[in-house]
Amino acid sequence: MATVSATPKSKISGGSFLLENRSASDVFTPEDFTEQHQLIAQTAEDFAANEIVPNIEKMEHKDFSISRDLLKKAGELGLSSAEIPEVYGGMELDKVTASIIADHIAKYAGFATTWGGHTGIGTLPIVYFGSEEQKKKYLPRLASGEIVGAYALSEASSGSDALNCRARAELSADGKYYVLNGEKMWITNAGFADLFTVFAKIGGEKFTAFLVEKTFPGFSIGAEEHKMGIRGSSTCPLILNDCQAPVENVLGEIGKGHVIAFNILNVGRFKLGAMCVGGARVSLENAVQYAKQRKAFGKVIADFGLVREKIASMAALIFVGESLVYRTVGMMDDALSQIDKHAPGADKETRKAIEEYAVECSIIKVWGSEMIDYVVDETVQIYGGYGFVEEYPAERAYRDARINRIFEGTNEINRLIIAGFLLKRAASGQLPLMPAIKKLMDEVMSGASTEDFEGPLSEERKLVSSAKNLTLFAAGVASQKYMQSIQDQQEVMGAIADMVIEVYAMESATLRAQKIAEQSASSAMLPIAMTRVYLSQAMEKMESAARKVVAAAADGDTLRAQSAILRRLAKHDPINTIQLRQEISQKVIERGKYALN
Amino acid sequence: MKILVCMKQVPQKDAPLKLNEAGTWIREDVSYEVNEPDAFALEEALRQKEKHGGEVVAITAGPARSQQVLREALAKGADRAIHLEDAGFVGLDALNVARALAAAIKDEQFDLIFTGLQSDDQGYAQTGVVLAELLGWPHATIIMQIERTGDGIRVKRELEAGFFQFVDMPLPAVLTIQSGINKLRYATLIGIKQAKNKPMRKVTMAEVQPALGPNLQKVERLHVPQKTRNTEFLEGAPAEIAKKLVDKLRNEARVL
Ligand SMILES: Cc1cc2nc3c(=O)[nH]c(=O)nc-3n(C[C@H](O)[C@H](O)[C@H](O)COP(=O)(O)OP(=O)(O)OC[C@H]3O[C@@H](n4cnc5c(N)ncnc54)[C@H](O)[C@@H]3O)c2cc1C
Repeated sequence: MATVSATPKSKISGGSFLLENRSASDVFTPEDFTEQHQLIAQTAEDFAANEIVPNIEKMEHKDFSISRDLLKKAGELGLSSAEIPEVYGGMELDKVTASIIADHIAKYAGFATTWGGHTGIGTLPIVYFGSEEQKKKYLPRLASGEIVGAYALSEASSGSDALNCRARAELSADGKYYVLNGEKMWITNAGFADLFTVFAKIGGEKFTAFLVEKTFPGFSIGAEEHKMGIRGSSTCPLILNDCQAPVENVLGEIGKGHVIAFNILNVGRFKLGAMCVGGARVSLENAVQYAKQRKAFGKVIADFGLVREKIASMAALIFVGESLVYRTVGMMDDALSQIDKHAPGADKETRKAIEEYAVECSIIKVWGSEMIDYVVDETVQIYGGYGFVEEYPAERAYRDARINRIFEGTNEINRLIIAGFLLKRAASGQLPLMPAIKKLMDEVMSGASTEDFEGPLSEERKLVSSAKNLTLFAAGVASQKYMQSIQDQQEVMGAIADMVIEVYAMESATLRAQKIAEQSASSAMLPIAMTRVYLSQAMEKMESAARKVVAAAADGDTLRAQSAILRRLAKHDPINTIQLRQEISQKVIERGKYALN
Repeated sequence: MKILVCMKQVPQKDAPLKLNEAGTWIREDVSYEVNEPDAFALEEALRQKEKHGGEVVAITAGPARSQQVLREALAKGADRAIHLEDAGFVGLDALNVARALAAAIKDEQFDLIFTGLQSDDQGYAQTGVVLAELLGWPHATIIMQIERTGDGIRVKRELEAGFFQFVDMPLPAVLTIQSGINKLRYATLIGIKQAKNKPMRKVTMAEVQPALGPNLQKVERLHVPQKTRNTEFLEGAPAEIAKKLVDKLRNEARVL
């Protein structure tokens, strides 16, 4: 095998979207799915529709024999092992495929959580950190669904602050096993899982991961939590009471548990975004179907402008969500394809390649979870009174979606990751953020005119460029004021993260619409309308976030001068979003679901 | 047994259809899927192979996009595929499609040929029957069950009003398969991965052209049915309303 080339063709560095203008051909979009991707999407879609959906009621009532059965079936079809190497019984497929499966399996959040817990945090620790023996022992059975995996990091007193855990481990006198003591909290799949990645501190100090089988002495499961949503998933505490884990079940290095803890969330987060998109699609379909048959004032409510407006906004968000998710995983796959999977150290290279896109993954997680909350909320609204009662799907979806902003790193923690990671990269020179900010400031001072764009969506690309400038400006103003201590200014960091998130969302949608337009102008009508609607609302958010940062960082004449610059950077003509939303909703209502043609 | 399954790519059931400029067919930019009864035909072929051994070959005639149905067939377990690849196949009538298929397999020896009962788009229900005629083979339509008997087969045909007919047939034969004959399988991911490496023979229009004749049937123009939903309220005394109603049923709806 040839060594990996130092300058791969299209490897894009993480976070660089903020500084560089990309072209449509740089981004991967659902329109680029291969025949294989489409076939797999079909299998996942059919599996969800025929096997999962008919069993929703049973799972909602905690019949977890169904969940296990479905995990087995999914395993047999290969749907649970896209990220497991072939030698360990997996499908060894790309991240686009992993996301496609997550996206389509998410028709019912209860099972999606079960499946995600099993295939993601339940399995990936072994994929990325397991020894040869551990992989051989566990991965084939996890891949097939014969055993179910879970991940136990959180404790009652430490969720976000997971490294501060109380669970302890001590080496036994004979040196053969570790004795674990403590409690874990909120563990997905705990009620029926067989294998747990459990974090504990050896000697109360060395944070370490252990592979704990449910049959190990001293291991037990607490009662099911009574949850607001995702009731079709199992969530219980674990009780470790002199639990014995053989020394060969230490996962990764002793004292390096934090590497696993953070990495696993990083490498799994993107699929949560994909599931949010899939869930939102289902919610919109329910809303549209309902709106088409519910009558009021002698019309179906789908005829009312205010209902149509919601439908259009939801559809536009789903379009943006798809654009974000698949662009990101496409980038990852480009980077991963440069790695020789059979070379020593390939696991580490793979992890690094994914970690490169930590900002993008956090963006997908935050944006996706907030997007689906908006969508399920408006779905309840469209259902009216029926949205508030249990007999209709809107109510459950509303409750189910809420968890996404909490687990896999709360959205606050992820916002801090987004801003923090970029600033760290900037400080280390990996990302030329500071020079970019300086260049922008100089341009602003000299009043240099902005870049011109030509071709399809030139106005939109210009807007994206303005959004980037606005973000750089706000980041520049903030770093001048706070210097190194900016990390302590959470509200400022949060506002910058919000801007970064919007930039990535705006650009991903714009480039996708442009790509579609370049292939066929007639198919691009709806994508362009959706992009324009989204850009318009995103710019408002951008402006208000920038204003917040600038107002916090300056006052008096400086503030006035900076506000003037801000206004200039944010300047754009209003567009007729009412008309655009009419066009979008017309199509979506006609099709009865989210559709681009 | 060596079984050929004829499969067609058709517009997705819920796809919004738009007419092309000339109004002779629908526009190309819709989503497509495997014709439903063809999927059952494929499933039946795979089940027969699992029982009796042999080979399953999928064939389609259509533009590049229609390769998708063959990939799906390969992913589900067909051994190889034949693609008569040309946009021109879309405009052929049933007789010419059958001629093209027959020409493409002239060097092969199949025991059975399955087609779907009919296609979801044109609904001719002729291609399989005509193909049997061209090959000089017996055929049976609307098949609900197939069993091997010695050197032949016994098939169950669906008739009207819940009646079935059992037919004993020699091989080779052509069968047109009814939807619902079996339960469709999913394409597994391993199957989908393996499908990439299975043989796919391409046949050009030029290769089968000599076998074709002029289309005997031609679509001149398609019309989208006008939506004319008009609710009329008949008013007056009951007897009056009844009279008006009878009049309408007789002279407008013409059902009396
Ligand atoms: C249904 C469900 C399933 C779960 N599954 C699992 C699982 O399988 N495995 C597992 O290990 N865990 C799991 N969890 C736990 C989950 O990951 C944690 O609940 C989550 O990380 C938040 O931790 P916490 O609950 O301790 O909240 P806290 O950390 O106490 O946070 C409370 C609030 O404070 C904010 N906050 C905390 N720290 C900061 C900070 N530094 N700066 C700003 N704001 C901050 C948070 O954003 C949040 O808004 C699950 C939880 C639920 C509810």
